[in-house]
Amino acid sequence: MTLMHELTLTELVAGLRSGDFSSVELTRHFLERIARYDQRLNSFITVTTDQALAQAEAADRARAAGEGGPLAGVPIAHKDIFCTSGVRTSCGSRMLDNFNSPFDATVVSRLGSAGAVMLGKTNMDEFAMGSSNETSYYGPVKNPWDPSRVPGGSSGGSAAAVAARLAPAATGTDTGGSIRQPAALTGITGIKPTYGRVSRYGMIAFASSLDQGGVLTQSAEDAALLLEAMSGFDPRDSTSVDKPVPDYRAGLSADLAGVKLGLPTEFLDEGLDPQVRAALEVAIGELQSLGAEVIEVSMPNLGLSVPTYYVVAPAECSSNLSRYDGVRFGYRCSDPVDLEDLYKRSRGEGFGEEVKRRIMTGTYVLSAGYYDAYYLKAQKVRQLISADFKRAFESVDMIVGPTTPTPAFELGAKTGDPITMYLNDIYTIGANLAGLPAMSIPAGFVGELPVGLQLVGAYFAEDRLLNVAHRYQQATDWHRRAPAAFMQ
Amino acid sequence: MALTRKQVENIAHLARLRFSDQEIPALTENLSRIIDFVDQLEAAPTGEVLPMAHPLDQAQRLRDDAVSESDERERFQANAPATEAGLYLVPKVIE
Repeated sequence: MTLMHELTLTELVAGLRSGDFSSVELTRHFLERIARYDQRLNSFITVTTDQALAQAEAADRARAAGEGGPLAGVPIAHKDIFCTSGVRTSCGSRMLDNFNSPFDATVVSRLGSAGAVMLGKTNMDEFAMGSSNETSYYGPVKNPWDPSRVPGGSSGGSAAAVAARLAPAATGTDTGGSIRQPAALTGITGIKPTYGRVSRYGMIAFASSLDQGGVLTQSAEDAALLLEAMSGFDPRDSTSVDKPVPDYRAGLSADLAGVKLGLPTEFLDEGLDPQVRAALEVAIGELQSLGAEVIEVSMPNLGLSVPTYYVVAPAECSSNLSRYDGVRFGYRCSDPVDLEDLYKRSRGEGFGEEVKRRIMTGTYVLSAGYYDAYYLKAQKVRQLISADFKRAFESVDMIVGPTTPTPAFELGAKTGDPITMYLNDIYTIGANLAGLPAMSIPAGFVGELPVGLQLVGAYFAEDRLLNVAHRYQQATDWHRRAPAAFMQ
Repeated sequence: MALTRKQVENIAHLARLRFSDQEIPALTENLSRIIDFVDQLEAAPTGEVLPMAHPLDQAQRLRDDAVSESDERERFQANAPATEAGLYLVPKVIE
């Protein structure tokens, strides 16, 4: 008999519909798995047992009455960056350890009204700043494939939970690779849609011109289901795009004959692990045998993505995080002598090391005398990088390449050197700078560690990415592999 | 470019962040390395390129000037470290 956690989100929706199990049974099953396994992973910051069971009961009642949305009764987890009314929203920070949001993020309310049950809030790098989930105030998350290794970040809790099947799917956010990189390192599927596709309302801001919500799932089909339910125009987000959401599942099985995939030669640099490259080449061969045409393209400015990002993102972060002042909400230091002491110590004690480093970098690049040399210059290079993509899309339908330069690395291996850590996102950051949709899908292993294949599409071409990913997943079974230690 | 301790202390003041004396040397070194790293942008041929502030070329939407939110002061202040009579409390600013 197939166990409930061995099923994909799509299969669980079907199982609920045909009455194979109730939402309460399903929810209880995943809550038991979290209780049994999560001390090994630390993937959840908060588990919402009572609320989840109440939502599951409501979903079962709705179903009995012939009602319920497209996700009625399926449990999912939310990254702890999405505000949830009545449930602490920490953003992985001591600063918000005591924060109870007065409202729900649009992503949370949309998935809630589609019928999804929330299992809890997942661990993450503090304020989504990190690529290994080691900057969380609540401790690092472990990779279910090898607990001595990182799951990637910043959506590392969501990725580890889905990879270990502690949740069928989870939400995430991606500012420089924070959905795709952990998806790749844990062997699951992750998609960051076009900037503006998913509402940022109630999604705690890091770098507002780069941040975008998305999903981490077992398959492209699951990603299509979940992304469709959470996407769409939201008047509460000033950068939300007023454009209808297509039926992402309708085009999943379209034939790949004639689809042109561009492989940037810049992605195959000396930084790419030879074994990851070998896996990538096999995956590209598979896509070719499915009918896709692979063409080498050149994107000469892509190499400047990481330095550009480390000006733009810290600049926006230093501005966004100025709201944490110890006055209206969040952490306040004890016994401040005056207002300046209150600000400085509340922020000094409430933020962790990496967050403070980025606020400092951002403050520096925006300060008088340096603005033109750093921030303005970075915005110009951002334009060049975006133009590289535009030019590539004149001859190809999407970009294909590796998601990360290496498989998952050991905990602590890169915490001593910020630059080495930043270079993990070398292949993912370009899509954020340009605002393009991008996804990572499992594409093989190096030893016991999963490898991800990245696809980057033109604006609002999520449907095409999902189509290519789905066809690939029908021809391969990498996405069905799960870490044995968590599958008993 | 290597930052000086004085520069780092000034940035920390602008950012309203308190660091201990012991934290400053490592912070100075790390920030200097980050600034060195982003300095490679200087060589990029940007000429007349327009700066890109935002991925989507769209204007900010305007909305009608109408009340859309209700008064939720009590719910919001429930998160505040210190309030009194509907006001946020801070240390005395004027002696």
